Amino acid sequence: MSRIVINNATLPGSDKKTSLYIDEGVLKGWDAPAGLVDAEVIDASGLVACPGLVDLRVHFCEPGFESKETLASGSIAAARGGFTTVVTMSDTHPPIDNAGMVEFVLRRAREAASIRVYTSACATKGMQGHELTEMAELKEAGVVFVSDNRRDIESSAVLRRVLEYARMVGLPYVAHCEDADLTGKGHMHEGYWSTVLGIPGMPRQAEEVRVERNIRLAEMTGAHIHIQHVSSAGAVDTIRRAKARGVRVTAETCPPYWSFTDEMVQTFDTNAKLNPPLREASDIAAVIAGLQDGTLDCIATGHAPHTPTEKEVEFAHAPFGCIGLDTALSAAITYLVQPGHLSFERVIELMSAAPARVMGLPAGTLEPGGPADLCLVDPEQPWTPTPADLGSRSRNSPFLGKALVGRVKYTLCGGRIVHYAA
Amino acid sequence: MSAAPHTEREIQWTRRHLLGIADLSREEIETVLDTAPQFAAVAKRKSGIKKVPLLTGRLAVNWFHEPSTRTRLSFELAAKRLSADTLAMTTSASSVVKGETLHDTLANIEAMQADIIILRHDCAGAPHILAASHTSHVINAGDGRHEHPTQALLDAFTIREHLRRKTGNPEASLDGIKVTLVGDIEHSRVARSNILCLNKLGAQVTLCGPATLMPARVEEMGARVCYDLREALRGADVVYSLRIQLERQQHGLFPSIREYIRLFRVDHDSLRHAPEDALIMHPGPINRDLELAADIADGPRSVILEQVSNGVAVRMAVMHLLVNYGGAV
Repeated sequence: MSRIVINNATLPGSDKKTSLYIDEGVLKGWDAPAGLVDAEVIDASGLVACPGLVDLRVHFCEPGFESKETLASGSIAAARGGFTTVVTMSDTHPPIDNAGMVEFVLRRAREAASIRVYTSACATKGMQGHELTEMAELKEAGVVFVSDNRRDIESSAVLRRVLEYARMVGLPYVAHCEDADLTGKGHMHEGYWSTVLGIPGMPRQAEEVRVERNIRLAEMTGAHIHIQHVSSAGAVDTIRRAKARGVRVTAETCPPYWSFTDEMVQTFDTNAKLNPPLREASDIAAVIAGLQDGTLDCIATGHAPHTPTEKEVEFAHAPFGCIGLDTALSAAITYLVQPGHLSFERVIELMSAAPARVMGLPAGTLEPGGPADLCLVDPEQPWTPTPADLGSRSRNSPFLGKALVGRVKYTLCGGRIVHYAA
Repeated sequence: MSAAPHTEREIQWTRRHLLGIADLSREEIETVLDTAPQFAAVAKRKSGIKKVPLLTGRLAVNWFHEPSTRTRLSFELAAKRLSADTLAMTTSASSVVKGETLHDTLANIEAMQADIIILRHDCAGAPHILAASHTSHVINAGDGRHEHPTQALLDAFTIREHLRRKTGNPEASLDGIKVTLVGDIEHSRVARSNILCLNKLGAQVTLCGPATLMPARVEEMGARVCYDLREALRGADVVYSLRIQLERQQHGLFPSIREYIRLFRVDHDSLRHAPEDALIMHPGPINRDLELAADIADGPRSVILEQVSNGVAVRMAVMHLLVNYGGAV
């Protein structure tokens, strides 16, 4: 393994220039030893050396949906976005709901992925919401958390059992919160724009009532519940109050929920079709306040690839979801740091150390003696993403064509350069 | 005919597609309404030759992805009276099963050198996504619950013609008149396009129907919402009844037909609260005696059949403007 010296970098929150000396995949220290001749040298003038970013929720679609994404293509997208550690979701085909599937995915990831890929597993067999998965064995196989992915568990009694059992084996339960009766056949947020566009709406209360229910059951059982993709003001409020009374709840939001409102649907761009849906300015304000006061613990992308063929259809026929790995940090710099809502340093923490802490992953920090997982970021470079910039096999990003600020120039994982942008 | 023939005036029109009333300015709406009378006259020619050579050699494709009878006939007749060639195509869920996308279907139609695509589709925005990436002129003939622009234009034309006849003022406009729409607002593209169109023309819109069929924050589109039909009809110059679909009751959106009739039917009883000369309109097809009493639909205040005749003229005007003024294909 080659030695790398990175010169003239700064660290998040500091103006002081420093070097980073990397050998055998490890960050050895802040200065290269004197007389070093065989090292690759990176001039990081103007760049900030950040810990490799951590994403708790990506859909890498393998096995079963390889036309959308694979462990290999997904990890390219991750590297382009500065991510060196991700947890992939279990709504593959077949679903990751047993230890054999976990072993398969982890082996494929070791073979094909350029970054560190962990996996989650289903909370119920086949994501059917009825029978518990073998969580003890899943935990031994290396699963980070259990989740029925983009499905809420309909039965409160089943959810209670899931939470009791997950707590016993020491796995967090990651919840998608949606009253599917209330969202019905909706395709966007219910509000002024759904009325104008004549598109059936999904009221924010569908998210909020289930955030409340799911947290109440976590509180009852003592389990660690993590709330996915928080999008509504009421959900932030419910989580804040639960934390205040000591419930073991953590939560995350995703870039679209602080960047865009439901107004974006007016062009019928299916990349703006998400679940939960893009909501209103008041929800964005609440999501940002949640990130500021720690109600929302971290940022995830929920990277959900769909092929152009699947997305270039009538709005009502398009699947929900967007990709996010390639553009997440830029979206955070553009819409959180630039307007002054959060510092750059805090954004990096929300995308590295904070998510690692939520799930107990050995990642997200940059310290001598630790793995050389890092990204070099130009926090001021403007760019406008085009499909050619995306590492993902899919193109379904609402950030395409948007004027963004901040770009990941290099990503190193275990001391290997896995991404470089000219 | 009051105004001078439009050909003597400069027509201001650059739009290639008619996707929705939302895109149109008041001036554009008035251009359509001012262009329609000459086409209404074509149907009434003494010679009986109900045809003009304005779209000779052009191909208009009526693409209906959702069942429709009157709108399809109206567009087809409008195209034929303009001397265009017409093709009718009905697609349905079956072609979705075969796997052909909306874009592929249109690409195939365009490969046959179609000039005008008239699309009725069950999904909001379908004509918009086609217009964004294809070359032909796209006319929205109704997209889901979203818009039905030619319906709103023919409704405005019908109201304006009536006002002009009644007042004897050839310049009479819709400014300040009161229009009450009654029925299922939530599922109605006719309601949405009419709210937009009537607002742009200066009319005041009141919406009346069950709360379960009233869309969220519809007031912000420029309408007063009123759940009491008698109150909603007070002072109305136009009472516009919307079709109520029986399946809405089965889906639990209102308790019974009986109660719907009791609260929201436009009939002699409820119309006692409206001015005596209020116009009665309906986009068709009517559920007789459900949302609208049969004798009212057939009565002297009803202009429902005028709406149908005017529909052809207004659609002729739209096609003429899009193709002959809205830029070459």
